[in-house]
Amino acid sequence: MTRLSLSPGIDAPDELYADLLAAHEGLSEAESAALNARLILILANQIGSRELFRAALDAARPR
Amino acid sequence: MQWNLGKVFFGDRKVYEFNLLAETGHRRPAFINLQQYHLEHDMVARLRALQAAGASIDLRGAHRVAGVEAAGDHVALDIDTPEGPYRIEAEWLVACDGAGSPVREALGLGFAGRVFEDNFLIADVTMQAEFPTERWFWFDPPFNPGQSALLHKQPDGVWRIDLQLGRDIDREREKEPGRVRARVRQMLGPDVAFELEWVSIYTFQCRRMERFRHGRVLFAGDAAHQVSPFGARGANSGIQDTDNLAWKLAAVIAGEAPEALLDSYHAERLQAADENILASTRSTDFITPKSAMSRTFRDAVLDLSERCEFARPLVNSGRLSVPTIHDGSALNTPDGLPEGPARSRPGAPCPDAPLEPGFLLDRLGHGFVLMALGMPAPEVPGTAPLAVPAPGDEMRARYLGDAPRALYLIRPDQHVAARWADAAPATIATALSRALGATP
Ligand SMILES: Cc1cc2nc3c(=O)[nH]c(=O)nc-3n(C[C@H](O)[C@H](O)[C@H](O)COP(=O)(O)OP(=O)(O)OC[C@H]3O[C@@H](n4cnc5c(N)ncnc54)[C@H](O)[C@@H]3O)c2cc1C
Repeated sequence: MTRLSLSPGIDAPDELYADLLAAHEGLSEAESAALNARLILILANQIGSRELFRAALDAARPR
Repeated sequence: MQWNLGKVFFGDRKVYEFNLLAETGHRRPAFINLQQYHLEHDMVARLRALQAAGASIDLRGAHRVAGVEAAGDHVALDIDTPEGPYRIEAEWLVACDGAGSPVREALGLGFAGRVFEDNFLIADVTMQAEFPTERWFWFDPPFNPGQSALLHKQPDGVWRIDLQLGRDIDREREKEPGRVRARVRQMLGPDVAFELEWVSIYTFQCRRMERFRHGRVLFAGDAAHQVSPFGARGANSGIQDTDNLAWKLAAVIAGEAPEALLDSYHAERLQAADENILASTRSTDFITPKSAMSRTFRDAVLDLSERCEFARPLVNSGRLSVPTIHDGSALNTPDGLPEGPARSRPGAPCPDAPLEPGFLLDRLGHGFVLMALGMPAPEVPGTAPLAVPAPGDEMRARYLGDAPRALYLIRPDQHVAARWADAAPATIATALSRALGATP
């Protein structure tokens, strides 16, 4: 398994962030939640490894 | 009744269909749908045949267990009958008296777990029209908004419809034939003629006892564990309990094994019950999401499943029940063929495979079998040899992998107790003794 990386890895941070916000523009809260859920599932599939996904979940937990 | 094609609907659209591509080389299909009354009929017929052959079995209808007293060396039962009560003493008692088990109650034993509040309506209908033999599962369909529905065929031209009704419903009103007919008509469309055969409403629980053995009382079936119906695990696991228990109890009664062997019944079947409860709880959580976010993710999975194949394995409308692999059981001998196929490792139920003149599983199940693949079977007292000098492709794939030969010690319940690339008779005898609970 490749390890979860928490160091900078996004090639165009400002653009990617803007894309994310743009995707949610004009959506209701429920539609946004649904979009996020689909996005997470698609990214989870891209990650593939349960172990890596759990590491990401851990890193995302509120603390 | 068998089905191969499943269809999944979400809202008003079919999101995908799938084929139950079953593995080849099995005598039995992956899935058989048989009403419980057919099963019960066949079981009684078998019992009568055994009686005719001289087995001392007594089937007593309308005899109700009213009291239970468990002693160190026997169990005493008070029985009520229409002709009056009587008392009976037994060396062993197998309590398979269902989810409400009066024996469990009488012994003051707990039955903890999760209670689900959703109500489900079952309607069995017969149809004139040609309707395909497929399994259709709807999430949030227009005819049952926010809920789920299942349609599948049973033997004798009967279709079973299973409709989620939700919580806090008026059960009597929901069961009214006019109301049920209207729901079914919405589901099948206005042109399909059908007759209502049977209607019932159920809720379910997922729970189990702490221990399945209490001295001389052994709990089996729903009395010991209860699961949701998703995945067809209830009756299946009850039958697996008896597969596991019968040979052990017979060996203990015959003096061939110590009483401690019965503790392995508890250990192995508890492992299976936990596996079944976990699987059926997960299906339940997918079918009836318990929170807003769990519904959001559920709907996201269904939504994606239409376009993205990756999401389909996440759709959980019930996972087919498969027998438990008893990894870590005290009856197993450490794997002597670790490079062999993982699916037939010690603790695993033997996968079927063609074996002239029929199938492997037909040759297993009566006592311990010592199966020798690509080599002669050694003589070991207490085992019956099964030599397979030239294993076919499926036998190879399921039992040898790349190994040229192997020995398998197989329990009467068709689970693997031990396997080796080769072993001396003394090693096999030790494994047999371990599988009988006599050697740690
Ligand atoms: C809607 C629904 C759908 C299901 N679908 C499936 C499925 O598709 N596949 C599957 O495998 N399982 C299914 N099940 C589960 C299955 O029906 C049960 O798991 C199974 O019937 C349990 O069998 P059992 O012999 O342990 O208990 P039961 O069938 O409950 O039998 C218990 C017996 O004990 C007797 N008894 C009770 N008290 C006493 C007493 N005091 N004295 C003497 N006798 C007594 C009762 O009369 C009864 O005959 C389904 C269940 C439901 C509710």
